[in-house]
Amino acid sequence: MALDSKTDTKPQTFKVIGTRPLRPDGIDKVTGRARFGADMSAPGMLVGLVLRSPHAHARIRSIDTSAAEALTGVHAVVTRADFGPLRDEGTADVLDNCMAGDKALYDGHAVAAVAATSGKVARQALKLIKVDYQPLPHVTDVDAAMAPDAPALHEGRADETVPAGMSGNVMARHEFGHGDIDAGLSQADRVLERTYRTEATHQGYIEPHACLATMNSDGQADLWCCTQGHYMVRNTCAAILGLEQGQLRVTASEIGGGFGGKTTVFLEPVALKLSQKSGRPVKMVMSRAEVLRATGPTASSSIDVRIGMTRDGRITAGFAELRYQGGAYPGSPVDMGSMSAFAPYDLENVRTVGFDVVTNRPKQAAYRAPGAPMAAFAVESAIDELARGFGLDPLEVRLKNAAREGTRASYGPTYPAIGLEATLRTAKDHPHWSAPLGPNQGRGVACGFWFNFGGDTCVSLNITPDGTVTLSEGNPDIGGSRASMSMMAAEELGIPYDRVRTVIADTGSLGQNEVTDGSRVTFAVGLATIEAARAAKREMCKRAAQVWGIDEDAVIWEDGAARPAGPNAGQHPPMSLAEIAAIASNTGGPIAGHFEVNAEGAGVSFATHMVDTEVDPDTGAVKILRYTVFQDAGKAVHPSYVEGQFQGGAVQGIGWALNEAYIYGEDGILQNPGFLDYRIPVASDLPMIDTVILEIPNPGHPYGVRGVGETSIVPPLAAVANSVSDAAGVRMTSLPMSPPKLLAAIQSGTS
Amino acid sequence: MSKIHVTTTINGDPVEYLCDAEDTLLDVLRDHLGLTGSKEGCGTGDCGACSVTVDGRLVCACLMLGAEAAGHEIGTIEGMAKGDQLHPLQQKFIEHAALQCGICTPGILVAAKSLLDHNPDPSEEETRYWLAGNLCRCTGYDKIIRAVLDAAKDMREAS
Amino acid sequence: MVKVQIFGSLKAATDDKSEVEIDASTLRELLDGLADRYPGIRPQLDRGVSVAIDGRIYNDSWFTPIKDDSEVVLLARLKGG
Repeated sequence: MALDSKTDTKPQTFKVIGTRPLRPDGIDKVTGRARFGADMSAPGMLVGLVLRSPHAHARIRSIDTSAAEALTGVHAVVTRADFGPLRDEGTADVLDNCMAGDKALYDGHAVAAVAATSGKVARQALKLIKVDYQPLPHVTDVDAAMAPDAPALHEGRADETVPAGMSGNVMARHEFGHGDIDAGLSQADRVLERTYRTEATHQGYIEPHACLATMNSDGQADLWCCTQGHYMVRNTCAAILGLEQGQLRVTASEIGGGFGGKTTVFLEPVALKLSQKSGRPVKMVMSRAEVLRATGPTASSSIDVRIGMTRDGRITAGFAELRYQGGAYPGSPVDMGSMSAFAPYDLENVRTVGFDVVTNRPKQAAYRAPGAPMAAFAVESAIDELARGFGLDPLEVRLKNAAREGTRASYGPTYPAIGLEATLRTAKDHPHWSAPLGPNQGRGVACGFWFNFGGDTCVSLNITPDGTVTLSEGNPDIGGSRASMSMMAAEELGIPYDRVRTVIADTGSLGQNEVTDGSRVTFAVGLATIEAARAAKREMCKRAAQVWGIDEDAVIWEDGAARPAGPNAGQHPPMSLAEIAAIASNTGGPIAGHFEVNAEGAGVSFATHMVDTEVDPDTGAVKILRYTVFQDAGKAVHPSYVEGQFQGGAVQGIGWALNEAYIYGEDGILQNPGFLDYRIPVASDLPMIDTVILEIPNPGHPYGVRGVGETSIVPPLAAVANSVSDAAGVRMTSLPMSPPKLLAAIQSGTS
Repeated sequence: MSKIHVTTTINGDPVEYLCDAEDTLLDVLRDHLGLTGSKEGCGTGDCGACSVTVDGRLVCACLMLGAEAAGHEIGTIEGMAKGDQLHPLQQKFIEHAALQCGICTPGILVAAKSLLDHNPDPSEEETRYWLAGNLCRCTGYDKIIRAVLDAAKDMREAS
Repeated sequence: MVKVQIFGSLKAATDDKSEVEIDASTLRELLDGLADRYPGIRPQLDRGVSVAIDGRIYNDSWFTPIKDDSEVVLLARLKGG
């Protein structure tokens, strides 16, 4: 539904929103009591383990599980033959990724699984499974996979948008934009053409995937797992296993990070199948190597950019061809990259063309603003190079071209009120921008955009007899959302924050809830919480009206109490929430508010990042000296956790820019499946990450909230690259800017 | 193959258990003793989520065998608060919003306490290097470092 | 009639027009009308689209009202992390 009708864009004053209360799950999480995916056990539980392909691409001729099945302590062995065929192509791909069918499509692809009385027995059993592989030619690089003679992963999967004659690995072509690129370029004083490359990076959540499944022969099942969306897990597993959704109850554990990577299933259908076959609860936990080899990193990319600019910094045309490989199945986020690449700018002539390419790598999973960071890296690097080439201030050039209210976005629609210009002006006025730099130091800026969305949301708010409030919502709390939901309920009800307790309900307790993704939770679940609280208030006003013997329209809710609406309603002392709750049984029964919505119309968001780096010219090592994030949050509900989203996104982006990369050998085998060689940023790599929260209210939310979780990873790749290029005196167009790569660029004077 | 009988001390309590020769201390803590506050993020000593102390020394429980705990004093996150009294580090982590998902938090708290036991007045840089073996993917470390420095300050003032 | 902006990769199905007119007053009528009038778009509609109506983006809600002068833009289905 559209929520415009409920929107109040007047500046609002808040009592709870904007404060920084302690999170309700804090003590559990600092004492080790919080239960994450791997922390649950069940009586009679078996341990499930997965056998994975050692080949990048191979036909599976046969699998002999007899010896494994005969091993004492083994209670079930599962292969693809245990799963029925699926009609829906998307779900079929999910199943194929969980358990390979005719072909193993990447190093680490699951081919069989066992459940045994201990991990030791399960490991022995895996060694007894005989898989007859016929190795096939493989391809892992996006440009190589687009070559006409590249080994093809799938036959006949390309959709109707792909021109005839392209490599069979091209699954889709996307095109967006408007205007006339050639005409625009002809007005430019300089046209810059560059190719940019980014490597696949993993979401890198510290908690490996884990679940505990119990499936009975009558079709009832229970599943405990770490996920960004237990309703998605329920629906997907039910489809794969042929269960009724209502018979599968999924409980979300605490989740140890996701960043998009836990928006699909990997172990869960396998664990359920093992449990069904063995008649016992089955627990499965991935190793870190399994996480890196077989769960979704993001796409790697190769992007050609052509941008024209006049001497005074006006962009006359922008074109980009984006090629993303998304692993072994269709669905790389190149469509999102193509729509978002030029989104920060007001361009008369803009076009992007994106190609979705499959390769022999694990299927990509969403990663925080999926597809956008790589596109922003390319476009923001090119704009920076042009601006500096003309001797112009890179922030001024961005301001000159910035999209604002009324601008036709590069992806089509006209923007409502947006915050890009505010982030740029604030950045320009910030002391960071004018701080002096030393030798071998550089400064870079970049802008970023993300859509954000809302989606299906269902919450229930219950008033207890003693006048406290419990809020049940269906989205795993990945970074403090219990606190922000409690805050919004308290704000609306006019009661103290600590009188509200928010719990994450299982799938049996609420209706459908979209995954915790798309920066949706504070926006959509918050909106539903506010509306549920309003419903409870209406009921409480009705109860007070009954007690006072007046019309319910004559009662209003203010400062946590029902009050007569005016002198005509009569003189009645206010009735507090606790007073109304205490007599609920006498006035009609329990009091609750609930709200169900497909929360459409989330507001887009923008950020500008600024970073200083120092480059060691002898080693190519980069040190991050100073970092400032400027981002529009609409309205920051709990500013500490908004800052945390800004900081975390920036640092993931720093890792993407400087260190992180999936490295494949000629054999198509992942060479760095561990945190030693796949190196994410550590504390000693970083300075403090400064943040500036801007608040341009989102007209689609009662309090003006915009999602903030994803936009913060969009600018840093380019911001760091622009800074390093400034410091090193060479333009870096390929990520990661690891020391050997940067040193080679410095020594040759060009990347 | 028979199990190994181990007698040790965990968070001040006497503990006995049987383990296989190849069981890590982390396996024992989590799977045999129900002390699931120590987390397995990598199993290779790279992430620090399983940080514990052995006779006061900071180690990764995934890199030590359960059998090796015999006769030593093991400290885990479960022993950090005293009764209902949180350790100042735990309190400061909540106050500074120094955790988002919370999976790395137990390990970081154990490591940070170990730092303050060795050096009650660490600089920001010393804190960053001490905690360099503890990965956090959510926070960018900013609020973690602030929480540790703030806790150190309060603890110095209180002593 | 509502003017609908089509993105580039769908133009093959709309006689190379980047803007088409559909008789619709809700999102559902719009999507049904597009599929009837330009069957070549149907596979993309089946895969999923998002639709920007007057600057706001909608994914599913059939009965979202559309005015004759609304700005309507077809987008690839939004994803999130």
